[in-house]
Amino acid sequence: MDRKFRTGQPTHSLTMGSFSQTFKAGAGRVATNLRHRRLIQTALGKYEVARDKNRSAFQDWQAARQSAAITKWDAINHLDTYLEKFVAQLEERGAKVHWADTGAQALEIILGIIEQKNARSIIKSKAMTAEEIHLNEALEKAGLEVVESDLGEFIVQLRHEPPYHIVFPAMHLTRGEISELFQRELGSAPTDSPEELTMIARRALRKKYLTADVGITGANFAIAETGMVSITENEGNARLTAAVPKTMITLLGIEKVLPKLSDLALFLPMLATAGAGQALTCYNTLYGGPKQPGECDGPEEWHIVLLDNHRTELLADAEQRDALHCIRCGACLNVCPIFRNVGGHTYGTTYSGPIGSVITPHLRGLQDWKHLSNASSLCGACTETCPVKIDLHHHLLQNRRNAAVQKPSHGERFAYQIFAFAVNRPWIYGLGKKLGRLLQPLHGLVKGSAIDPAYAWTRTRELPPLAPKSFKDLWKARK
Amino acid sequence: MTTREKIMGRIRAALQVPALRPGLHGEVPQIPAGSEVQKWLPPGGESFVDQLKHFRLRAAELTADFQMFDSVDEVKLALAKIANTEQWQRIATHRGELTETVVNELGLPVLTTTVGYDVSELEACGAGITECDALIAQTGSLIVTSRDAGGRALSVLPPHHVVLARRGQIVRDLSAGFALVQKKYAPKYPSMISVVTGPSRTGDIERILVLGAHGPKKLTILCY
Repeated sequence: MDRKFRTGQPTHSLTMGSFSQTFKAGAGRVATNLRHRRLIQTALGKYEVARDKNRSAFQDWQAARQSAAITKWDAINHLDTYLEKFVAQLEERGAKVHWADTGAQALEIILGIIEQKNARSIIKSKAMTAEEIHLNEALEKAGLEVVESDLGEFIVQLRHEPPYHIVFPAMHLTRGEISELFQRELGSAPTDSPEELTMIARRALRKKYLTADVGITGANFAIAETGMVSITENEGNARLTAAVPKTMITLLGIEKVLPKLSDLALFLPMLATAGAGQALTCYNTLYGGPKQPGECDGPEEWHIVLLDNHRTELLADAEQRDALHCIRCGACLNVCPIFRNVGGHTYGTTYSGPIGSVITPHLRGLQDWKHLSNASSLCGACTETCPVKIDLHHHLLQNRRNAAVQKPSHGERFAYQIFAFAVNRPWIYGLGKKLGRLLQPLHGLVKGSAIDPAYAWTRTRELPPLAPKSFKDLWKARK
Repeated sequence: MTTREKIMGRIRAALQVPALRPGLHGEVPQIPAGSEVQKWLPPGGESFVDQLKHFRLRAAELTADFQMFDSVDEVKLALAKIANTEQWQRIATHRGELTETVVNELGLPVLTTTVGYDVSELEACGAGITECDALIAQTGSLIVTSRDAGGRALSVLPPHHVVLARRGQIVRDLSAGFALVQKKYAPKYPSMISVVTGPSRTGDIERILVLGAHGPKKLTILCY
C-alpha cells in the first residue's frame, strides 16, 4: 500500500495524473493476484449467503428500499431544518456541538478539546469520517496515544494501513497473518484460532479502556426528532468507548440526519442486512447527551463535531445529491466486479467501491479522481443493491461527462470525429472490414509486442478471428 | 460569521435547486408513515404466543440463552443455578424492583452501579444483571437504557449479561420498541438507549463468527 494516501496531502502536490497511474498499476497487480482473489471471494461469498437469507426475511425488500430512499430524500432535502432541530435538543441536554468546514478545522477542534482536557490516551471506535480527515495521524503527530478498538480497525492500525473496506477493515488478511502481527506487536503466542486471536485483542484493549481519558466515536444516524446520535456495531467497543472515558467526542458528517426516531425501525435492519448480512447488528445505541443528572456513569462532557468537508458542494449538485443518502453499508462494494478484482486499497481513497468512485471526485477534485468513474463496467449491480437506491452507475456517467466538459480532451474528440465520419459512410466501414480480414493473419507477427497497435487489448486477451463473411454479405446472399 | 452560519448558509443555497425524488423518476410522492413500514419489514407476530415464538427463535439463532418461567421464584432458582455453574465470585446489578428481589437472594457480594461506582470493580465482576425496557420479538433484541438498566457500562463490561424481564415486556417489532421508549421517556430521555441483539460478536477475522469481542460473551434472558 502506498503510504502517501494516508497522509492527506493535497492532491496538487503530486504531478498530474499520478493518482490515475497509481490506480492503474495497483489494479493490474491486484487483479492478477490469485491469493487476493481467493480471500475476497471467500469472505464475500459468506456475506452473500447471509445477506440473501436476511433479505428474504423482509416481507417486501423493494418496498422497504423505496421507503428508505424517500426518507433519506426528505432528510437531505430539508437538511437545514433537521440539523437545527437535532442540534438544539443536544445542546439542551448539555452536549457541546462544534461545526467544521474542512477536515483541518475538525482536527483543530478535536485537538483543542484534548489539549484542554490535558488528555494523553484516547480510545477510538470505528469512524470512516475520522479516516476521511486522517484523525489518527494528527493525534499521533501531537504525541498522543490513540488506539482503535474495533477488532478489524485495531488489526489494520497495527499494520499501519488504512482499512481495506468500509465495513470489513481487515478482510484482506488471513488468520495466519493476523497471528504473526499479534506475535510481533503484542508479544502473544502463535495461534490459528480466530477466537483466540479475538481474545488476545480483547485483553489488550480492556486495559486501554480503563485508562483512556477520551473516547472518540463516529455515528451512523443523527435523529432530528429527538436529538440523538445512533451508533451501530457488533463488538460492544463503541458502547464501551461511550461509557468509560470521562470525555467523549463524536465526529459525524452533516448528511447523517434522519427525521424521526421511528425511522430507525427501517434503517437499522436495512443497514445490518445490506452491510453485514445480519438481521440486526448486536448493538444499536442512541446517545442523547452526556451523563444526565441521576445517571451513574457516562462521559461528563460530550462534544459533537459536525463535518462539512465538501458535503455542501455535493448537496449543491442536485443531479448527484442522492449520493448524500449513503448510509455507508458497503453493499455496493461487495457486489462490484471492479472492487472484487482490484481490492479496497487500490482506490487510494477513504471511500472505495462505487460510492467512493462517485463521491471522491466531489470531495477531493474531479480531475484527479475522474479515473475512478471510468473504472466501471456500468453493470448497475451497485444501484440495484443499494438499500437507499442511490443511482450510482448513472452518477459514474455524470462524473465522466462533467470531467469532459470541464476539461475536454482534444485527442479523444478527434478520434471520435474520425469514428463518426467512418460509420456514417457504409463504404468506408465495409472497406475496413475487408482490410481487417486481409491483415489479421499478419497480426500474429506482432501480437502482444510493443509495436502491436492493439497491445492494450491483446496483452492479456485473444482477439477472435473476423468471420470470413459478414452478416451483411450473408443477408445479401440469402436474398 | 460563525462556521455554523456559513455551513447553514451553504446548505440553504444548495437546496434552492430541488432534486428529483428517488425511484421511478420522481413519480412517487408519498413519504411513508411508520405504520406502513411494518408491512415490509421482517414480521414479529401478532398475538403474544406468536411473538414469544419469534423471540425464542431469534434468540436461539443469536446464541442468546432465553428461558421462560411461570413465576419470579423460578427465575431466582434459575439464576442461582447459573451462578453456581459459572462460579461467580461477585456480581454487579442496579437498583430496580426486579433486580433487587432476585439478586439479593443469591448471597453473593454485589456491586450496585450508583453514582460514583468504580468501573474497574465492575470489570472484575462475573456478571452484570439488569432489567430492560422491552423485548423485541421481530429481532430477538432487548432495549436497555442508562436510566433503567444501571447506566452505560453495566450491560456491556462484565463477561455475562443477565437480563430479568416480565412477559408483558415483549413487543412486536422495532417500531413498537421505539414507540414504547418515546411514550415512556419523552421529552426527558436517558442519555443512552441501546438495542442489544445477542451477545457481543465479531467476524473481522476471515468472516468467522466469534462471540465476546468486547462486550459480554454470554447473554441470558430470564423472563417470567
